[in-house]
Amino acid sequence: MAGASNLPSKLMTPRTIIEKVWDNHIVHQQPGAPTLLYIDLHLVHEVTSPQAFSGLRERNLKVRRPDRTLATADHSIPTSDRSLPILDKIAENQLRQLEQNCLDFGIQCFGVHSSQQGIVHVIGPEYGATQPGMTVVCGDSHTATHGAFGALAFGIGTSEVEQVLATQCLLQRPSKTFQVQVDGPLSQGVTAKDIILNLIARIGIGGGTGCVFEYSGSAIRALTMEQRMTVCNMSIEGGARAGMIAPDDTTFEYLAGREFTPKGEAWERALSRWKQLPTDEGARFDHQITMDAAAIEPMITYGTNPGMGVPITGSLPDPAKISDPRERESIEKALRYMGLEGGKPILGHPVNVVFIGSCTNSRISDLRGAASILKGRKVNPTTRVLVVPGSQEVKRQAEAEGLPEVFRAAGCEWREPGCSMCIAMNGDMLQPGEYSVSTSNRNFEGRQGKGGRTFLASPLTAAASAVTGVVTDVRRMM
Amino acid sequence: MKPFVPFESKAVRMLMNNIDTDQIIPARFLKTTSKEGLDKQLFNDWRYLADGSPNPEFILNRPEGQGRQILLAGDNFGCGSSREHAPWALTQFGFRAVISTGFADIFTGNSLKNSLLPIVVSQDIHTKLFALPDDAVLKVDLQSQMLTLPDGWKVEFPVDPFSKACMLDGVDELGWILKQEPAIAAYEAQLANL
Repeated sequence: MAGASNLPSKLMTPRTIIEKVWDNHIVHQQPGAPTLLYIDLHLVHEVTSPQAFSGLRERNLKVRRPDRTLATADHSIPTSDRSLPILDKIAENQLRQLEQNCLDFGIQCFGVHSSQQGIVHVIGPEYGATQPGMTVVCGDSHTATHGAFGALAFGIGTSEVEQVLATQCLLQRPSKTFQVQVDGPLSQGVTAKDIILNLIARIGIGGGTGCVFEYSGSAIRALTMEQRMTVCNMSIEGGARAGMIAPDDTTFEYLAGREFTPKGEAWERALSRWKQLPTDEGARFDHQITMDAAAIEPMITYGTNPGMGVPITGSLPDPAKISDPRERESIEKALRYMGLEGGKPILGHPVNVVFIGSCTNSRISDLRGAASILKGRKVNPTTRVLVVPGSQEVKRQAEAEGLPEVFRAAGCEWREPGCSMCIAMNGDMLQPGEYSVSTSNRNFEGRQGKGGRTFLASPLTAAASAVTGVVTDVRRMM
Repeated sequence: MKPFVPFESKAVRMLMNNIDTDQIIPARFLKTTSKEGLDKQLFNDWRYLADGSPNPEFILNRPEGQGRQILLAGDNFGCGSSREHAPWALTQFGFRAVISTGFADIFTGNSLKNSLLPIVVSQDIHTKLFALPDDAVLKVDLQSQMLTLPDGWKVEFPVDPFSKACMLDGVDELGWILKQEPAIAAYEAQLANL
């Protein structure tokens, strides 16, 4: 430990990456008050920001750091031809207000007609705005996505959006730490989406409440950045506000040369800082779980929360066999809403719509995966299939690779970027009673349209189910 | 915000676990740029039938759902999205406290900023509350952090001391953060030297 003797004792205590990023952002600590935490990057979108900008105007406040704020239009934006007028006037007004607010307060905005528009959690990483060791917030619970880079990234409400706009700070209490260790190789046809759906099925949707996850282990190390984002994205579905993965060479290679990343000497300095972030040997977590990647099958949800998931070859739970009355009632209610019978297999269940998109699975590798199954095949004639790239950049890349032709030839719709049918605010939605296999993150009642019924799965499972028109095990098509 | 004062009320009971923010207010109502008028869409898809008429089965459309300021809900209330529209809709409808065995983290933060008190109770107390007659009156006192049952039984509940002070005074956090300007400026000066 030569040379370390002058360090404060706190630095000598082994720390998790979660604690390191937290410690690096403490602005002020007053007894009785939460920590005043500095926010490095604030991502803004049209839905959770208008009331925050109104608040700034009422108090006559400016945006403290427009240079640390980046906006885009994603939630209520149509995914149809952008040269056409927006038919939903309420949505149009919200989108226009975002652009006006950004103009008034000096914030860079990738608006409706920007060539850089996209889902906020796709563009942040894509342009290198998200970096290791940062604190990242956005008025959206899937901000956890950015944790894939070793950032402490979490969703906030509109009052907090206003606070960050005005002060670049938030009042926070530290979370508990929760290590999710995933070791071993993934089997063919099993993806990052299946890892996270498997975790949530095990711990339940409240299992990580009060915690930040750190995902570690050989299976996590082997993932690409896009796959890591899929895992971190759904941390909130396990109840954790954030989920982090320590940065490594995969992270640094992904970030090098992107628009907002440091360049030259600044890059070298950043690299040496980022390499200090991984959890120290001997650091203690409040909670831990280990998973065997080789034992994970493609997963699918059957119910009305993301924790209600089963291996695709499995059976639906039989309420009659559940002893806890509250749990039984909860499963019965979900199966009733979904129109499913307990104890039956889920394979072969008819599907009306397949949605490939969302901040969970709309990146280029997700589209490549779906296209690899759809190439040379036709989708079931009674199944509507929407493919919605996560951003204009993803769309351009897909076009350069000829993916839209593959999707169109198979009978899919190739649409403009946005959140689309994940949240069904923009006109892309299920009709009452319809079933979807969706690559998004939530299967709550009505999430994809009032009365709609969602099966969450990976892009591979979604593409396979599009071809057959029923819930399908992609491994039979590979 | 108005100071949070003690109050007494009967409770609206919603025993379901994991009531998520999409149920509290569906996303299609988030295209508004205002905070107002959201009470009409509170629990919209449970509250209204396909033709837009009130669902007579749903608690908020029944006599025992009227004028009550406490929502007694199942486990893990408010999971899902970060939409502050959820506590806005609840408070505009008239709720001042929600009782559950647990709340999602973001929902808790959003509620405390809007004078909606999330009261966490143990499973035993939760069961006891649901076993009370429907017209039982509960008393909520934030200052003493006490929930009082009709038989005089008092249950202490946890609340973040800083949020508590803000709610009791009826002030929001932003004013406090703005006063930390020197510390923020000092931190930023340090950042610039990285």
